[in-house]
Amino acid sequence: MTATAIKTELSQPQLQAAFYDLNEHDHPEGGSTMLGFWMYLMSDCLIFAMLFAAYGVLGGSFAAGPGPKDLFELPLVAVNTAMLLFSSITYGFAMLAMEKDKKGATQLWLLVTAVFGASFLAIELYEFANLIHEGATPMRSGFLTAFFSLVGTHGLHVTFGLVWLFTLVVQIGKKGLIPANKRRLMCLSLFWHFLDVIWIGVFTFVYLMGML
Amino acid sequence: MSDHVHPNHHLDDDHGSHGSLRDYVIGFILSVILTAIPFWLVMTGAIADKSTTALVVMAFAAVQIVVHMIYFLHMNTKAENGWTVMALIFTIVILVITLSGSLWVMYHLNHNMMPMTAHDMGQLP
Repeated sequence: MTATAIKTELSQPQLQAAFYDLNEHDHPEGGSTMLGFWMYLMSDCLIFAMLFAAYGVLGGSFAAGPGPKDLFELPLVAVNTAMLLFSSITYGFAMLAMEKDKKGATQLWLLVTAVFGASFLAIELYEFANLIHEGATPMRSGFLTAFFSLVGTHGLHVTFGLVWLFTLVVQIGKKGLIPANKRRLMCLSLFWHFLDVIWIGVFTFVYLMGML
Repeated sequence: MSDHVHPNHHLDDDHGSHGSLRDYVIGFILSVILTAIPFWLVMTGAIADKSTTALVVMAFAAVQIVVHMIYFLHMNTKAENGWTVMALIFTIVILVITLSGSLWVMYHLNHNMMPMTAHDMGQLP
Protein backbone atom coordinates (compact mmCIF):
# COMPACT_ATOMS: atom_id res chain seq x y z
CA MET A 1 0.00 0.00 0.00
CA THR A 2 2.67 2.44 1.06
CA ALA A 3 4.82 1.36 -1.81
CA THR A 4 2.08 2.14 -4.32
CA ALA A 5 1.37 5.44 -2.59
CA ILE A 6 4.97 6.48 -2.91
CA LYS A 7 5.05 5.31 -6.47
CA THR A 8 1.97 7.39 -7.33
CA GLU A 9 3.40 10.38 -5.55
CA LEU A 10 6.58 10.12 -7.48
CA SER A 11 4.91 9.85 -10.80
CA GLN A 12 2.33 12.52 -10.00
CA PRO A 13 4.22 15.48 -11.43
CA GLN A 14 4.97 13.58 -14.58
CA LEU A 15 1.36 12.49 -14.85
CA GLN A 16 0.17 16.03 -14.41
CA ALA A 17 2.72 17.26 -16.83
CA ALA A 18 1.47 14.81 -19.41
CA PHE A 19 -2.18 15.63 -18.75
CA TYR A 20 -2.21 19.37 -18.20
CA ASP A 21 0.82 20.19 -20.28
CA LEU A 22 2.63 21.74 -17.35
CA ASN A 23 5.94 21.72 -19.13
CA GLU A 24 5.95 25.43 -19.76
CA HIS A 25 7.36 26.41 -23.07
CA ASP A 26 9.40 29.49 -23.34
CA HIS A 27 7.00 32.42 -23.30
CA PRO A 28 9.02 35.48 -24.15
CA GLU A 29 7.88 38.53 -22.25
CA GLY A 30 5.28 40.40 -24.21
CA GLY A 31 5.22 37.72 -26.86
CA SER A 32 1.42 37.64 -26.94
CA THR A 33 0.79 41.31 -26.18
CA MET A 34 0.26 42.41 -29.76
CA LEU A 35 -2.27 39.69 -30.51
CA GLY A 36 -4.01 40.33 -27.20
CA PHE A 37 -4.19 44.03 -27.90
CA TRP A 38 -5.58 43.33 -31.34
CA MET A 39 -8.32 41.24 -29.68
CA TYR A 40 -9.12 44.20 -27.45
CA LEU A 41 -9.37 46.47 -30.49
CA MET A 42 -11.73 44.06 -32.17
CA SER A 43 -13.99 44.03 -29.12
CA ASP A 44 -13.80 47.82 -29.05
CA CYS A 45 -14.83 47.72 -32.69
CA LEU A 46 -17.98 45.86 -31.61
CA ILE A 47 -18.81 48.60 -29.09
CA PHE A 48 -18.69 51.07 -31.95
CA ALA A 49 -20.75 48.70 -34.11
CA MET A 50 -23.50 48.83 -31.46
CA LEU A 51 -23.31 52.62 -31.32
CA PHE A 52 -23.44 52.85 -35.12
CA ALA A 53 -26.43 50.48 -35.12
CA ALA A 54 -28.15 52.64 -32.49
CA TYR A 55 -27.44 55.72 -34.59
CA GLY A 56 -28.74 53.96 -37.69
CA VAL A 57 -31.98 53.11 -35.91
CA LEU A 58 -32.49 56.37 -34.00
CA GLY A 59 -30.84 58.74 -36.49
CA GLY A 60 -34.18 59.73 -37.97
CA SER A 61 -36.04 60.27 -34.69
CA PHE A 62 -35.88 64.04 -34.35
CA ALA A 63 -38.89 64.42 -32.03
CA ALA A 64 -39.69 67.63 -33.91
CA GLY A 65 -36.26 68.90 -32.86
CA PRO A 66 -33.29 69.97 -34.99
CA GLY A 67 -31.89 67.55 -37.57
CA PRO A 68 -28.38 67.10 -38.98
CA LYS A 69 -28.85 69.84 -41.57
CA ASP A 70 -29.72 72.38 -38.88
CA LEU A 71 -26.79 71.42 -36.67
CA PHE A 72 -23.74 70.15 -38.52
CA GLU A 73 -21.09 72.35 -40.09
CA LEU A 74 -19.15 70.39 -42.66
CA PRO A 75 -16.14 72.76 -42.88
CA LEU A 76 -15.57 72.23 -39.15
CA VAL A 77 -15.85 68.46 -39.58
CA ALA A 78 -13.41 68.61 -42.48
CA VAL A 79 -10.85 70.44 -40.31
CA ASN A 80 -11.43 67.88 -37.57
CA THR A 81 -10.88 65.01 -39.98
CA ALA A 82 -7.69 66.65 -41.21
CA MET A 83 -6.41 66.93 -37.61
CA LEU A 84 -6.93 63.23 -37.03
CA LEU A 85 -5.35 62.33 -40.35
CA PHE A 86 -2.29 64.48 -39.62
CA SER A 87 -1.99 62.89 -36.19
CA SER A 88 -2.02 59.49 -37.85
CA ILE A 89 0.93 60.20 -40.11
CA THR A 90 2.91 61.96 -37.36
CA TYR A 91 2.40 58.89 -35.17
CA GLY A 92 3.77 56.90 -38.09
CA PHE A 93 6.85 59.14 -38.04
CA ALA A 94 7.20 58.46 -34.31
CA MET A 95 7.19 54.73 -35.03
CA LEU A 96 9.84 55.16 -37.72
CA ALA A 97 12.00 57.16 -35.30
CA MET A 98 11.48 54.43 -32.68
CA GLU A 99 12.69 51.78 -35.11
CA LYS A 100 15.89 53.75 -35.61
CA ASP A 101 16.22 54.06 -31.81
CA LYS A 102 16.08 57.83 -31.95
CA LYS A 103 14.71 58.66 -28.54
CA GLY A 104 14.39 62.42 -28.92
CA ALA A 105 12.79 62.22 -32.36
CA THR A 106 10.30 59.64 -31.11
CA GLN A 107 9.27 61.90 -28.25
CA LEU A 108 9.07 64.91 -30.54
CA TRP A 109 6.80 63.17 -33.07
CA LEU A 110 4.66 61.83 -30.22
CA LEU A 111 4.20 65.36 -28.95
CA VAL A 112 3.33 66.61 -32.45
CA THR A 113 0.75 63.81 -32.60
CA ALA A 114 -0.58 64.97 -29.23
CA VAL A 115 -0.98 68.52 -30.56
CA PHE A 116 -3.09 67.28 -33.48
CA GLY A 117 -5.05 64.94 -31.21
CA ALA A 118 -5.71 67.74 -28.74
CA SER A 119 -6.82 70.05 -31.59
CA PHE A 120 -9.24 67.38 -32.71
CA LEU A 121 -10.67 67.16 -29.21
CA ALA A 122 -10.84 70.93 -28.83
CA ILE A 123 -12.76 71.29 -32.10
CA GLU A 124 -15.11 68.48 -31.09
CA LEU A 125 -15.76 70.02 -27.68
CA TYR A 126 -16.35 73.39 -29.36
CA GLU A 127 -18.90 71.71 -31.63
CA PHE A 128 -20.59 69.97 -28.68
CA ALA A 129 -20.69 73.20 -26.70
CA ASN A 130 -22.29 74.99 -29.64
CA LEU A 131 -24.89 72.26 -30.03
CA ILE A 132 -25.76 72.28 -26.35
CA HIS A 133 -25.92 76.07 -26.42
CA GLU A 134 -28.43 75.87 -29.25
CA GLY A 135 -30.56 73.53 -27.15
CA ALA A 136 -29.52 70.42 -29.09
CA THR A 137 -28.66 68.44 -25.95
CA PRO A 138 -28.50 64.62 -25.79
CA MET A 139 -31.92 64.70 -24.09
CA ARG A 140 -33.56 66.57 -26.98
CA SER A 141 -34.27 63.62 -29.29
CA GLY A 142 -33.36 60.03 -30.09
CA PHE A 143 -31.17 61.30 -32.91
CA LEU A 144 -29.17 63.55 -30.58
CA THR A 145 -28.83 60.83 -27.92
CA ALA A 146 -27.40 58.45 -30.51
CA PHE A 147 -25.21 61.20 -31.99
CA PHE A 148 -23.66 62.24 -28.67
CA SER A 149 -23.17 58.59 -27.61
CA LEU A 150 -21.37 57.65 -30.80
CA VAL A 151 -19.24 60.75 -31.33
CA GLY A 152 -18.72 61.18 -27.57
CA THR A 153 -17.44 57.62 -27.17
CA HIS A 154 -14.98 58.21 -29.99
CA GLY A 155 -13.86 61.45 -28.37
CA LEU A 156 -13.44 59.67 -25.05
CA HIS A 157 -11.21 57.11 -26.76
CA VAL A 158 -9.08 59.91 -28.21
CA THR A 159 -8.86 61.45 -24.72
CA PHE A 160 -7.58 58.22 -23.21
CA GLY A 161 -5.24 57.80 -26.17
CA LEU A 162 -3.77 61.21 -25.32
CA VAL A 163 -3.33 60.28 -21.65
CA TRP A 164 -1.57 57.10 -22.76
CA LEU A 165 0.58 59.07 -25.20
CA PHE A 166 1.79 61.53 -22.56
CA THR A 167 2.48 58.64 -20.19
CA LEU A 168 4.68 57.04 -22.83
CA VAL A 169 6.54 60.28 -23.55
CA VAL A 170 7.45 60.45 -19.85
CA GLN A 171 8.32 56.75 -19.70
CA ILE A 172 10.57 56.98 -22.73
CA GLY A 173 12.21 60.00 -21.12
CA LYS A 174 12.90 58.04 -17.95
CA LYS A 175 13.75 54.56 -19.26
CA GLY A 176 14.55 55.11 -22.91
CA LEU A 177 13.43 52.99 -25.81
CA ILE A 178 13.54 49.67 -23.94
CA PRO A 179 11.71 46.67 -25.49
CA ALA A 180 8.76 47.15 -23.10
CA ASN A 181 8.34 50.77 -24.15
CA LYS A 182 8.61 49.84 -27.82
CA ARG A 183 5.87 47.29 -27.30
CA ARG A 184 3.69 49.92 -25.63
CA LEU A 185 4.34 52.33 -28.49
CA MET A 186 3.26 49.65 -30.94
CA CYS A 187 0.03 49.05 -29.00
CA LEU A 188 -0.72 52.76 -28.91
CA SER A 189 0.03 52.91 -32.63
CA LEU A 190 -2.64 50.30 -33.28
CA PHE A 191 -5.05 52.12 -30.96
CA TRP A 192 -4.44 55.51 -32.54
CA HIS A 193 -4.80 54.33 -36.14
CA PHE A 194 -7.84 52.29 -35.14
CA LEU A 195 -9.53 55.45 -33.85
CA ASP A 196 -8.86 57.06 -37.19
CA VAL A 197 -10.58 54.12 -38.89
CA ILE A 198 -13.62 54.57 -36.63
CA TRP A 199 -13.63 58.28 -37.48
CA ILE A 200 -13.95 57.40 -41.19
CA GLY A 201 -17.22 55.67 -40.29
CA VAL A 202 -18.34 58.63 -38.17
CA PHE A 203 -17.73 61.36 -40.72
CA THR A 204 -19.21 59.26 -43.52
CA PHE A 205 -22.35 57.95 -41.86
CA VAL A 206 -23.10 60.71 -39.39
CA TYR A 207 -21.88 63.93 -40.95
CA LEU A 208 -21.72 63.45 -44.72
CA MET A 209 -24.82 61.29 -45.06
CA GLY A 210 -26.66 63.46 -42.56
CA MET A 211 -26.09 66.49 -44.75
CA LEU A 212 -27.37 64.83 -47.91
CA MET B 1 6.29 31.63 -33.29
CA SER B 2 7.54 29.40 -30.47
CA ASP B 3 10.97 29.08 -31.98
CA HIS B 4 11.84 32.71 -31.34
CA VAL B 5 13.55 32.86 -28.01
CA HIS B 6 14.64 36.43 -27.93
CA PRO B 7 11.73 38.69 -26.95
CA ASN B 8 13.14 41.53 -28.97
CA HIS B 9 13.67 39.40 -31.98
CA HIS B 10 10.19 38.02 -31.54
CA LEU B 11 8.55 41.41 -31.63
CA ASP B 12 10.54 42.53 -34.61
CA ASP B 13 9.75 39.35 -36.43
CA ASP B 14 6.00 39.18 -36.05
CA HIS B 15 5.38 42.83 -36.39
CA GLY B 16 8.44 43.59 -38.41
CA SER B 17 6.26 45.35 -40.94
CA HIS B 18 5.87 48.64 -39.09
CA GLY B 19 5.87 50.05 -42.53
CA SER B 20 8.40 52.30 -44.12
CA LEU B 21 8.28 56.04 -44.65
CA ARG B 22 7.06 55.27 -48.14
CA ASP B 23 4.13 53.25 -46.76
CA TYR B 24 3.05 56.02 -44.42
CA VAL B 25 3.29 58.69 -47.10
CA ILE B 26 1.36 56.61 -49.64
CA GLY B 27 -1.29 55.85 -47.00
CA PHE B 28 -1.54 59.50 -46.04
CA ILE B 29 -1.86 60.79 -49.61
CA LEU B 30 -4.47 58.16 -50.45
CA SER B 31 -6.39 59.02 -47.26
CA VAL B 32 -6.37 62.73 -48.06
CA ILE B 33 -7.71 62.06 -51.56
CA LEU B 34 -10.29 59.56 -50.29
CA THR B 35 -11.46 62.03 -47.63
CA ALA B 36 -11.46 65.16 -49.79
CA ILE B 37 -13.57 63.72 -52.60
CA PRO B 38 -16.57 62.68 -50.43
CA PHE B 39 -16.51 66.02 -48.59
CA TRP B 40 -16.36 67.84 -51.93
CA LEU B 41 -19.22 65.73 -53.31
CA VAL B 42 -21.48 66.48 -50.35
CA MET B 43 -20.54 70.13 -49.90
CA THR B 44 -20.98 71.09 -53.55
CA GLY B 45 -23.72 68.61 -54.39
CA ALA B 46 -21.82 67.62 -57.53
CA ILE B 47 -24.03 64.58 -58.03
CA ALA B 48 -27.65 65.67 -58.15
CA ASP B 49 -29.08 62.33 -57.04
CA LYS B 50 -28.80 61.94 -53.27
CA SER B 51 -28.86 58.16 -53.08
CA THR B 52 -26.11 57.94 -55.71
CA THR B 53 -24.02 60.40 -53.68
CA ALA B 54 -24.64 58.30 -50.55
CA LEU B 55 -23.48 55.14 -52.30
CA VAL B 56 -20.38 56.85 -53.71
CA VAL B 57 -19.51 58.32 -50.30
CA MET B 58 -19.90 54.92 -48.65
CA ALA B 59 -17.72 53.31 -51.31
CA PHE B 60 -14.99 55.91 -50.63
CA ALA B 61 -15.24 55.18 -46.89
CA ALA B 62 -14.88 51.45 -47.48
CA VAL B 63 -11.81 51.96 -49.65
CA GLN B 64 -10.29 54.36 -47.12
CA ILE B 65 -10.79 51.87 -44.29
CA VAL B 66 -8.91 49.26 -46.31
CA VAL B 67 -6.14 51.79 -47.05
CA HIS B 68 -5.80 52.55 -43.32
CA MET B 69 -5.75 48.85 -42.47
CA ILE B 70 -2.92 48.18 -44.91
CA TYR B 71 -0.77 51.31 -44.68
CA PHE B 72 -1.31 52.44 -41.06
CA LEU B 73 -2.32 49.31 -39.15
CA HIS B 74 0.00 47.16 -41.31
CA MET B 75 -2.47 44.34 -41.56
CA ASN B 76 -1.24 41.29 -43.39
CA THR B 77 -2.22 37.68 -43.46
CA LYS B 78 1.08 36.51 -42.00
CA ALA B 79 1.19 38.49 -38.72
CA GLU B 80 0.70 36.29 -35.62
CA ASN B 81 0.25 33.24 -37.86
CA GLY B 82 -2.84 34.79 -39.38
CA TRP B 83 -4.73 35.18 -36.11
CA THR B 84 -5.09 38.94 -36.44
CA VAL B 85 -6.78 38.47 -39.80
CA MET B 86 -8.99 35.70 -38.40
CA ALA B 87 -10.07 37.97 -35.53
CA LEU B 88 -10.73 40.78 -37.99
CA ILE B 89 -12.87 38.59 -40.24
CA PHE B 90 -14.83 37.34 -37.22
CA THR B 91 -15.39 40.93 -36.07
CA ILE B 92 -16.54 42.00 -39.51
CA VAL B 93 -19.03 39.11 -39.64
CA ILE B 94 -20.49 40.07 -36.23
CA LEU B 95 -20.48 43.73 -37.26
CA VAL B 96 -22.40 43.07 -40.46
CA ILE B 97 -24.95 40.89 -38.65
CA THR B 98 -25.44 43.51 -35.90
CA LEU B 99 -25.74 46.48 -38.22
CA SER B 100 -27.84 44.96 -40.96
CA GLY B 101 -29.97 43.03 -38.45
CA SER B 102 -30.69 46.10 -36.28
CA LEU B 103 -31.47 48.33 -39.23
CA TRP B 104 -33.62 45.73 -40.95
CA VAL B 105 -35.66 44.75 -37.90
CA MET B 106 -36.12 48.27 -36.61
CA TYR B 107 -37.04 49.61 -40.04
CA HIS B 108 -39.83 47.05 -40.33
CA LEU B 109 -40.89 47.67 -36.76
CA ASN B 110 -41.25 51.39 -37.46
CA HIS B 111 -42.95 50.64 -40.73
CA ASN B 112 -45.53 48.35 -39.16
CA MET B 113 -46.38 50.61 -36.27
CA MET B 114 -49.80 52.20 -36.52
CA PRO B 115 -49.52 55.89 -37.20
CA MET B 116 -50.45 57.77 -34.06
CA THR B 117 -52.45 60.95 -33.91
CA ALA B 118 -52.11 63.58 -31.25
CA HIS B 119 -55.36 62.31 -29.79
CA ASP B 120 -54.00 58.75 -29.53
CA MET B 121 -50.88 60.10 -27.82
CA GLY B 122 -53.05 61.68 -25.16
CA GLN B 123 -54.69 58.31 -24.50
CA LEU B 124 -51.38 56.64 -23.73
CA PRO B 125 -50.99 55.47 -20.13
